[in-house]
Formats: sequence, structure tokens, C-alpha cells
Amino acid sequence: MNPSRQHTFIAHVEDRPGVLNRVISLFRRRAYNIDSLTVARTERPAISRITLVVEADDREARLLEANLYKLINVLYVEQVTDQGTVARELALIKVRSDEKTRPNVLQVCEVFRARAIDVTPASVMVELTGTPDKIDGLIELLRPHGIIELVRTGAVAMARGAQSALTDLLDARTDPPEHTA
Amino acid sequence: MEPGAPLGAPAPERTSGAARRTGAEIVWDVLASEGVDVVFGYPGGAIMPIYDAMHQRSARHVLVRHEQAAAHMADGYARASGKVGVCLATSGPGATNLVTGIATAMLDSSPIVCITGQVSSTLLGSDAFQETDITGVTLPITKHNYLVTRVEDIAPTLREAFFIARSGRPGPVLVDITKDAQQASTEDDWRARPVRLPGYRPEHQPSEDELARAAELIAAAERPLILAGHGVLKAEAAPLLMELVEKTGIPVASTLLGLGGFPATHPLSLGMMGMHGEAWVNTSIQESDLLIALGMRFDDRVTGNLKTFARKARKIHIEIDPSEINKNVKVDVGLVGDLRRTLTRLLPRIQRRTCTPWMEHIRALKGDSAVRDIQYLPHNGRLYAAHVIHDLWWLTQGKALMVTDVGQHQMWEAQYYRHDRPRQLITSGGLGTMGFALPAAIGARFARPDDELWVVVGDGGFQMTAAELSTCAQEGIKVHVAIINNGYLGMVRQWQQFFYENRYSATALRNPDFVKLAEAHGLNGLRVTRREEIPEAVAQARAQPGTTVIDFRVEQEDIVYPMVPAGADLDDMIRRPPSGSAPGGSSPWTSGAV
Repeated sequence: MNPSRQHTFIAHVEDRPGVLNRVISLFRRRAYNIDSLTVARTERPAISRITLVVEADDREARLLEANLYKLINVLYVEQVTDQGTVARELALIKVRSDEKTRPNVLQVCEVFRARAIDVTPASVMVELTGTPDKIDGLIELLRPHGIIELVRTGAVAMARGAQSALTDLLDARTDPPEHTA
Repeated sequence: MEPGAPLGAPAPERTSGAARRTGAEIVWDVLASEGVDVVFGYPGGAIMPIYDAMHQRSARHVLVRHEQAAAHMADGYARASGKVGVCLATSGPGATNLVTGIATAMLDSSPIVCITGQVSSTLLGSDAFQETDITGVTLPITKHNYLVTRVEDIAPTLREAFFIARSGRPGPVLVDITKDAQQASTEDDWRARPVRLPGYRPEHQPSEDELARAAELIAAAERPLILAGHGVLKAEAAPLLMELVEKTGIPVASTLLGLGGFPATHPLSLGMMGMHGEAWVNTSIQESDLLIALGMRFDDRVTGNLKTFARKARKIHIEIDPSEINKNVKVDVGLVGDLRRTLTRLLPRIQRRTCTPWMEHIRALKGDSAVRDIQYLPHNGRLYAAHVIHDLWWLTQGKALMVTDVGQHQMWEAQYYRHDRPRQLITSGGLGTMGFALPAAIGARFARPDDELWVVVGDGGFQMTAAELSTCAQEGIKVHVAIINNGYLGMVRQWQQFFYENRYSATALRNPDFVKLAEAHGLNGLRVTRREEIPEAVAQARAQPGTTVIDFRVEQEDIVYPMVPAGADLDDMIRRPPSGSAPGGSSPWTSGAV
């Protein structure tokens, strides 16, 4: 069958209590391990945006998308795996570093366009935004110095170009927002 | 607002400056506006304001003996009427007792609205007395659910709940209302508030191209077969299915829940398919070159081994739920939409044709099954369940509303009662819920007060909800309960015989005297041990004003044939040995295609 690979879903959902739980329960029930999940409000007052990365084959991914649509609070789902998409992730990395090693750490960070945001006599905290791959790369180079603490947000993604799928959808809808039977 | 009027449309009796109403009163106002005439429930602390506001209301309340039965009754009412069934329960144990009934409705796409009381919003999450996170508990078994903490939200939420329950692919919706919201009052005019469900799109429409492709496949097929599911009943599409069959001569096989969607006595009706479907039906599916699946979801009890299911067949799938397309079986054309509307658009594209050679082939396959039918066994003095069902069919002239439980008797009912009308059979399919029949029948009784109604139930399942006999007595309703009593959890025993070398582990039942049990409730009890006694027992049950329980003592070790073992190929069936030898005893495994 189809090989499994990472699929990225962007779910636009109503900003209400419990909606995130409904979305991730759908993956939990089917025993998927969610590789990454980010969620926050959008420019529209009542709409939040969930970016979710999960390993699945193409058939499973299509069924997951169909099931996401069945959730009453989900407004729109983009499965952006094969589209021109920009995906970014933020990481904060606290790495062991003293006077001797600090130049080397900062040099590596510069190559990756990471910013040092906090320095103590024994450590440096750096901030990096980039593709998940790029963040993996910096972590590998800093690891020999001794990583004290690390946090990453997981990917956020957006399709390229001047269009927004959700905006297009909402603008195109002629029916009033309330439901008619 | 009239029931069925467009949600969001201004209500005719809309007044400005509505009177101050409590949340509990608003619940009943909305139920009335949705056309609810009966609710099933059980009171308790957190729902007492709603029960208190029930006085002087037109809706009838049926007091159940366990909340599970309230959910099954709402479900049975919904299946028998096509309307939304409603049940009430209190918080905590009341709400959790609903769970089996809700899951049953979910798996069979039955529209019910469950209203539960919840502890006051100030106590939420504190492990207060009788607090359960019921929206959390029912998240995976409801189509949608709500926690309502503000009186202003009660009416809009309930109206959304009804709309969601009955639209698209129907299903259960739970509305959990805190006690303080029930007690608070508001002047808010709920009728003026629109229902907003911006993300909910229950209706899809197949494209013209997809319809054309389906029509092409139908025109080109030589051995086509229609698989009719529950959706035929849900979408009220039976007349269109008949039109399709009359135009094309394509035979119809039904799922368990699809029985009645096409008349069983029609020459092109093949009967039930699947694990306990007739051998010639399953063989026909395997030999077909086109399957037209209508409102069904290729459940594993229908398909057997997916790898070998109908390999030679192209597949057209008409289904309202997009997530069912290609879920289990890969199809050539998937038409997502309401079955009635889709068939209405498809039918003009269908060319008139016949399937004579194919039907002749199927009839030849059928001949082999006839010699294996228990009806043709020489009389050996024993009462078989198939006799009971066949005679019930005969004595009720095939017109009764039949409600079954789950197990061997359910399969015999499906095989030997011939259902000619939609909503004539009510049975738990997807979840296979033992204990379903009696409460579901009580619910169906309120939906269809004038139909002759038979409950066919095993001795095991009956005892799971037998307390509802007490509800029958209190409500003074008339249902005929036929207990197919073989002293075993028969279907499990059958599996033990076939697949566990006759180790009957925990399947023998020491039953109470069911006749006395009926009498203890003030109902009528009868016992039947010989086939000749069946007509008299049926006549006696009919003559009684109330509920009658008939204890049919049937052959204990009978087996439901044919049987496709779980996961086996659909045409790899265990068959009843042809003629002569009575079943039971040693394992009569006669595997292989017909």
C-alpha cells in the first residue's frame, strides 16, 4: 500500500472550550502518535488555527481529513502535505557554555541565524526559528557542548501565495451564518 | 415554531419582550417547539428543576427503571418514527447509565437528544456529589455534545442539538445543563436567536460527472447487485430503490439494518448478506461484477475478509457520510450525499435493462440452500427457534413491528421473518447491544401505538433489562415479548462449539421462571414447548389488554447457519448439513464455497 509519511493538517476551528480535545481525540482514538501540534488564535475573533503533524499513509490521511470535517466545531481543514507550504518552528535551547566555549557556541548560532537571548557565566540561551530540519541541525551541533534544556513549539504551517483557503471559503459563502434546515 | 420549520426562520408566535422564564421552563418550551410528544427518563438531584417544570406540560414522560433503558427507548422511538427521540437523566450515575444506549444510537446512526442535569457551575470540576464529566465521557460516542452553564445558552444549544441529531448522518447529541442554569431565569427571547453552526455542513451533492460515471457502470454490468443498508430507511429512499430495481432488474441484498428497505417477498429480494446471510447471497456478492452499495458502510460483519471481498466487482457507493467512502472497501465511484436526493438525480440517467441470466444463476444457487433449511427437516418433536419466527411471520401476516435483541434469535429473526416495509425491524446492529430489545420496543410503542409489536429476545439479553417489564405495567402498554429461551448465551455458545472445542465456558444460564416473572409484574405469562402450541399462545397474547411474555423453550444447542467465521472469506461458510440430521452436538464444519 502507500508508505507512511508525515502529513500536515491545518484545522481552522471555533475558538471554544473543548474543541482542541475533540480534534486530538480523533487521532487518539485511532492510535496515532501526534508528532507535533500547535494551536493559537487567528486574526478572526472566533477562530483558532491548529497545525497538526502526524505519520500516516495517504488513504489514512484522507480519512482523517474527512473525520476532522465531521467535527461540528471544525470550520475548514487544509491538508497541506503536498502543497507549496511554508512550515516553521521556534526553539529555545539552553546550552552549557563558559568563557572558553562561548565563542564557538555563538559562531555556530550565527551560521544558523539563531539569536543568543540570554547569557550567564555557565550557559547561553538561544532562539531559533526555522524549518524543523534546520532546528534539528542546530541541536546536533550544540549537543556536544551539553544541552541543559530545550523546548520547541512544533511546526506552524501556511500555504504559499496570495490566497487564504478559509478567507476564500468564508467570502464565497452566500448563505447567512445561521443554519437553515 | 412548527417542528420541521427552518431553523433560524422567525417563529410565528414570536413576541417582543418575552416573559421571564427559568432555564428549566425553557427546556420544555424548546422540546415543544421541536414537536417532542414523549420523553423517557429518570429524575435525580441535578435535573430536578427540569422535572419540576414538567408539570402542566403536554409532553408525556415515561419513568424507566434504569437510565440505559431511557436511551434505548429514545432510540427505539426514533427508529420507529423517523423523528428525534429524547431522554432525560440526572448527573453522575444517571448520566453514565445512559452510555450504552448512546453508543448504540451512535453506531446505528439513530437521532436522539439526551438531556442530563449537571452539578452547579460553581462546583464543576470539584468532584462534587454526583458529578461526572459526562461530556468528556460521551465525546467519542456522540455526534456532538454540549455543556451548558448559562441560562441564555439553553435554548440555542437545544435547538442546535436537535438540528445536528436529525440532519446529515443522524446520531445522538447530549446536552449537559448545570443546575444553576436550569434555575436561573431570563427574559431573553430565544425564538429570536438564530442557530449558528458555521462549521457544520451536513449535506453534500455528487457532481454530474460522478453520477454519469455511476450510470455508465450500471449500464455495462452483467452481474450487478444492490447492497441496501440502513440509509435506505434513514433517507426514506425505499420507493426510489424500488424504482431502480424495476428499471434494471438488479437483485437486492440487504444488511441487517437494511431489512425492510426492499420488500423481502419481492422476487428480486435476496435477503440478508454477511456473516449469517444466506449462502447464495454471499456467493452472489463474490461473483458479482458490480456492487451498488446504498446507505451502508461495509461493516466487517458484512464483508468478511476485506482482501477477498467481491474482488471481481466494480463498486458504486452512495453514502451521506464522506468519511465512509473508501474506509473499508475501495470503491470506483463514491457518491456523497443524501440517498433520496442522489437516487432522484441518478434515476433519469439509468437505462432500462434486465438481468435475466444473472438472476437464473442466483436462483440455481438458492436451490442448494433450500435443502439445508431447518424448515424442511423431518419433524423430530423439538421446537426450533426458526419455527417460532416463521410461525410469528405467518400468524402476523408479515405485518408486525418486530424489535429484536442481539444474538442467535436476532439472526433467526432476520432470516425467517420477511420484512416488507421500512422501519418494520428494529434491532441493534453496529454495537450489538444485548438488553436493547425490551426498552427499544417500549420506545417504539409510543411512536407507533397501533402496530402489532413483537419483541424477540434471548433469555440472556432479556435479563439485562427485564426490569422494564415494570415500566410496561406502569404505562399500561401492550407489547408481546417472545423469549427465545435456550438456556444459553446461544451465540457465544455457538462460537465455543465451533472455535473453542465445545468448551462452554460461562454460557449456561440458570433462568428464573419467566412466566412467574411476568405475573409478578401483573402481566401475562405463557410457556410454549411444542410447535403446535404457537398459534394458541399468539392468540392469547393478542386477546390480552396488556403486555404478554411468552417463554418459548427452544432446542438448546441449535446453531445459526450459515456462518462466515470472523475474518474468513465471505463465501467460506459453515453450512447446515443437507436434510435429515438434526443440528447440535459435534462440530459440523462443512466449509467451502457452495
